[in-house]
Amino acid sequence: MNKESVTSVTPQAAQTSSRVWRLGDQIDTDALAPGAYMKFGIDVIAKHTLESLRPEFASEVQAGDVIVAGEGFGVGSSREQAAGVLVHLGVKAVIAPSFSGLFYRNAFNLGLLLLTCTRADEIQEGMRVQVLSSGVQIEGGALLSVKPVPDFLLEMVRAKGLLNVLKARIASGQLHTRPQD
Amino acid sequence: MKTPQTLAQKVIAKAARRPSVEVGELLNCQVDLAMFHDSSGPRRLAPMLDELGAQIWDKNKVVLVLDHYVPAKDEESSAIVQLARDTAKRWKLPHVIDSEGICHVVLPERGHLRPGMFCVGGDSHSPTGGAFGSYMFGVGATEMLGVVVTGEIWLEVPQTLALNWEGSLSAGVCAKDMMLHMIAKLGLNGGRYQALEFTGSAVQSLGMQERMTLSNMGAEMGAQAALVAADQVTVDYLLQTGVAPEALEDWREWRSDTGAATELHKFDARTLAPQIAAPHSPALTKAVTEYAATPIDIAYIGACTGAKLVDLRAAASVLKNQRVHPKTRLMVAPASARDQEVARQEGTLQVLIDAGAQILPNSCGACAGYGATFEEGMTVMSSTARNFKARMGPPSVQVYLGSPFSVAAAAIKGQIADVREMLS
Repeated sequence: MNKESVTSVTPQAAQTSSRVWRLGDQIDTDALAPGAYMKFGIDVIAKHTLESLRPEFASEVQAGDVIVAGEGFGVGSSREQAAGVLVHLGVKAVIAPSFSGLFYRNAFNLGLLLLTCTRADEIQEGMRVQVLSSGVQIEGGALLSVKPVPDFLLEMVRAKGLLNVLKARIASGQLHTRPQD
Repeated sequence: MKTPQTLAQKVIAKAARRPSVEVGELLNCQVDLAMFHDSSGPRRLAPMLDELGAQIWDKNKVVLVLDHYVPAKDEESSAIVQLARDTAKRWKLPHVIDSEGICHVVLPERGHLRPGMFCVGGDSHSPTGGAFGSYMFGVGATEMLGVVVTGEIWLEVPQTLALNWEGSLSAGVCAKDMMLHMIAKLGLNGGRYQALEFTGSAVQSLGMQERMTLSNMGAEMGAQAALVAADQVTVDYLLQTGVAPEALEDWREWRSDTGAATELHKFDARTLAPQIAAPHSPALTKAVTEYAATPIDIAYIGACTGAKLVDLRAAASVLKNQRVHPKTRLMVAPASARDQEVARQEGTLQVLIDAGAQILPNSCGACAGYGATFEEGMTVMSSTARNFKARMGPPSVQVYLGSPFSVAAAAIKGQIADVREMLS
């Protein structure tokens, strides 16, 4: 890990462990944000998150829970609501051996932490994990290492998304934009 | 000495104002063109731009396409479409394409893409633009906000996967079959968010819209971009769209250097059978013989992937003087109004209508799953790109993917069939 640690993103992580929702391979954006509800706002779409796979997810997930999934999490559409619903529902992080590249960008742009972990398959439903600077600690089990996340993406997680990063850069004079007419 | 560069690296280097780039570098790139649509565009961007008190960095470099929620089917869709139109006026956008076709098809059709351009699109099938030798990739709405405010976007210089096809395709086999086959071999995320470059004699012999089908489904392979080096086919197409000849003078530069490092995958066009992807993943692809005789209720020709003029012609070549099976419905949603008009003038559209096809609006339709979807329990043979569970209807809907040839064959037989046995 580089010096910009994961714990600096989620300061409470060291004290609290998270419930795990275990999902399979290739969880797609239609499963996360079903197309039929895309015409609505994020609060409505979020009620249908994963309903074709885990109908109880949206009503039972609690703030601070984590999702652990298989290969290719987030494949499919560019709709960032697929990441937005997880932020809306309070999911702290998604841990998977690989992500869709497009979803990866969208998640960080909305402030959602994704951790690439080759040993994610050792984490099962019902386990509890802690997201630490050194990796993902299975409660009573192994410490799994994760791929380092570049600093500028961690900054987006801390700021809760790119919109806030842009706001701060404009406010501090680092970024000059065309003002509205 | 700079390292030999792939086509992808060359376009990225130009956008990053660098002589060359190395795989793995994190760079900021200047965006030549940003495209967004009614779903990903104004309704998401406008509130955020207002919050920043900023406006679009360069309106001439932005194209808005209304294709996802048109024609509006309900109150909410109608509000989204109206918001897009009102915002286009408020922003004084010079390039708006409203209800005239799907973004990835109308963008090049209107001459917005050229070899060597660095482009982003607010839609996952944005790699389609790579067929023209531009580096184009999909982004979400918030990332698009960053682009329209700064004119820039970051990327990690990708490796290039060279997907090489030699030989000639059999009659009834086309780009869609090539792509489904590659996705089956490499996997749904087998592109690992790197760049694809399609090469070889079988690719060079494809027309522009067939090349677009290859690049389009780079999205299903999980690639960031999916390119084809420009050649005379590209130049001829772009000249015909009205691109000025002087804007194409550098087209020969936009190809990979000899000796540029790629991960090479070789395929043989001669032995490729029509390919069918079973529910619920494009990666569940096998030769048509493996799924033959699966009964279908609906044959669907639609989307940027599978309803361009070339796709309508493919379907018509099978459906000529034939009737759709009595237990099957054939639905055709031509990907652009211009393609539909050419199809009408040359008689292709009439062949489809005479066979029993229902012609639907020039929009994303059932493929996006945003409104007009299939009913409970239907089994669908579709020329679209994606068959994820619950995408094109309720979870009970079973969607098989194939080429427009294969969809036409299934429409006639009422079941999945090998089109090679049906072409005289």
